[in-house]
Amino acid sequence: MNANALNLFLFVGLPYVALIVCVVGVLYRYRQRGFTVTSLSSQMLERKSLFWGSVPFHIGIVVVFFGHLLTFLFPRATLAWNSAPVRLIILEVTAFTFGLTVLVGLGALMYRRFTNSRIRAVTTRMDIVLEILLLTQIVFGLWIALGYRWGSSWFAADLSPYLWSLLTLSPETGAVFALPWVIKIHIVGAFLVVLIIPFTRLAHFLVAPLHYIPRPYQQVVWNWDRRAIRDPETEWSRARPRNN
Amino acid sequence: MDVRSQISMVFHLDKCIGCHTCSIACKNIWTDRKGAEYMWWNNVETKPGTGYPGKWENQEIYKGGWVKKGDGIELKGAGKAKGLSNIFHNPHLPSIDDYYEPFTYKYLDLVESPAGDDQPTARPISMITGEPMDIKMGPNWDDDLSGSPDYARNDPNLEKLTPAEREAMFQLERMAFFYLPRICNHCLNPGCVASCPSGAIYKRGEDGIVLIDQSVCRGWRMCVTACPYKKTYYNWSTGKSEKCILCYPRIEAGHAPACMHSCVGRIRYLGVLLYDADQIQSAASADDADVMHRQMGMILDPRDPAVIAAAKANGVADSTIDAAQRSPVYQFVKEWKLALPLHPEFRTLPMLFYVPPLLPVMASVKEVDNSAQAEKMNATAKYWPDSWLYDTTTKAMFGTIDDARFPLQYMANLFSAGDTKEVADRLKKLMAVRLHRRQVTVGDVKPETVAEALADTGLTPQTADDIYYLTSLARFDDRFVIPAAHREQAIEMMEFTGDVKGNTGFGFKSGTAQRGA
Repeated sequence: MNANALNLFLFVGLPYVALIVCVVGVLYRYRQRGFTVTSLSSQMLERKSLFWGSVPFHIGIVVVFFGHLLTFLFPRATLAWNSAPVRLIILEVTAFTFGLTVLVGLGALMYRRFTNSRIRAVTTRMDIVLEILLLTQIVFGLWIALGYRWGSSWFAADLSPYLWSLLTLSPETGAVFALPWVIKIHIVGAFLVVLIIPFTRLAHFLVAPLHYIPRPYQQVVWNWDRRAIRDPETEWSRARPRNN
Repeated sequence: MDVRSQISMVFHLDKCIGCHTCSIACKNIWTDRKGAEYMWWNNVETKPGTGYPGKWENQEIYKGGWVKKGDGIELKGAGKAKGLSNIFHNPHLPSIDDYYEPFTYKYLDLVESPAGDDQPTARPISMITGEPMDIKMGPNWDDDLSGSPDYARNDPNLEKLTPAEREAMFQLERMAFFYLPRICNHCLNPGCVASCPSGAIYKRGEDGIVLIDQSVCRGWRMCVTACPYKKTYYNWSTGKSEKCILCYPRIEAGHAPACMHSCVGRIRYLGVLLYDADQIQSAASADDADVMHRQMGMILDPRDPAVIAAAKANGVADSTIDAAQRSPVYQFVKEWKLALPLHPEFRTLPMLFYVPPLLPVMASVKEVDNSAQAEKMNATAKYWPDSWLYDTTTKAMFGTIDDARFPLQYMANLFSAGDTKEVADRLKKLMAVRLHRRQVTVGDVKPETVAEALADTGLTPQTADDIYYLTSLARFDDRFVIPAAHREQAIEMMEFTGDVKGNTGFGFKSGTAQRGA
């Protein structure tokens, strides 16, 4: 296989496959296998070292994820922000710090998973695949941040247009093909993460309980509108019951 | 007035013999599964004791239930702000060690071990890891006060007792205890529902049963923290929370829940209460001393024409109103005022009520003359000459309630947020009924004494007989008055019957293959 074909597969074929598998898989899992949409918590089995893993990992990855997302969505705003060196340094240092937080958290979580026999009992193969993939991603991400400065600027300038071109179904791959292999691995890793979302516990980030905020605290569910049943004037079987 | 119906329960603690049959019935039906081995939706605790999970009543540790904040209330350890900010790690979640690590034994080793000099043994192995383990705790490890320095003396309810009262409780010759069977209280202001970020937990409108939708549950485990009774459990294998479902499939079919049906002591009663849902918020937000009274005030008289009219307007079925009028729970809780909720100060408005136990309280603190009883016993009867034991003959008994060897304050901490008068009133009623029946059946109590006791507690001989009947003689149908679930509506709840007409019965979501095709 020549290099161009490989590049085409990794940066045009793979992203589309990943996105389609992810969307179809997540929809299928949510609708048909709703019981499985969760991340199996092991806090009940071990809670002390979980704190030092889960909290830094999650806080870090939320910031890093939204950093990537915002740069992808608003490349011009990012470049404008980065036009002053002080602001560029602030952004890069912040991002790197949270990247390190993820590394520390993930390291603690993986150590816990491999050393605690109770946690091993609730570990699946896909958990390990996911953790190794995420570890690779974060290590390469930190390496890129250190060795290929300044990531936020060239991400906005080169990668954001590439990703947009993928989304608009007219792939512009010139810039990506020319990138160093370290960055290429990071990009391919990202597509792989998207690809395996429906097959791993990662799906839980899609059900973040934001609907809890506007919800009233107490919930009462009626099988039918009971008042309507007793009222001879109304037709009470208009809509399908919500719990079917 | 927003009248709703609630299936509620009364447990008569004087009748509980602590046999755990209820726990086993529940375990066999519902929690004999991987990840659920450690769960006891129904458990029986020895009081005083630390219970299951250890010290569950101590909300400084577990942060369960509601606390007053300004005019309203908020969840102590969960809720929108606290729950979502701790979503990556719940700081107040009990660990499996607070319950116990489930175990079994390698029984096959007894059979398959090669011949040797020593007896083969069945080693205990963990049902989580499958590895050999040392058993440190188990279900009911504190049964009958075993290991009492570790268990009984750590009971959170001893907090308000004086050192002298505590010592009196634990003197060996005066040791007293009773059993506290616990299931989900199916509260009116449930902490678990309020704390669920996913919205998976809900209260059924028709009968008030609190359920967790397993397909919606995402395993955030906030309900485990928010339930002050620790009656939601996290299944570490499925990643979902589970709780007592009050055997709703049995209830819908008109059967009593398994724990109640199997109860050897027949301590359990189940029936409908009508209550005013408009008062939930104000009752739950009342002052500590008032919560219990406000909760009692929410329960409506099912024979009051205004209540019936409001219930009908609200869609409560006639059959449910009829069940409410015959409800043994209403009799115990409201009419006779014999039962109290467990820890009303947690503000969840629990709908499981307890008749406080008289026996450990009334045991004499001074020697009493047993000769009257002794003369009535023949030699073959097992007459125990120890006059320190329970005596049921004399007026002295009635006086001992206030001066009991089992401090009233302890009972009050459990059942009335520390109000000893409420507990004393109920115990005196129980005693008056005993005196009355003693007079009727044995006749060795002076009629004036009985009349005085009944008048003192506001009972008539007729009421006392009713209490006696429902306590001691009641048949199955008296103890369990289960409203019709209206199966016809339950079926229509699952399917439009018209849609599946011509298919093979109800319950198929897609049509079967066409005949002849």
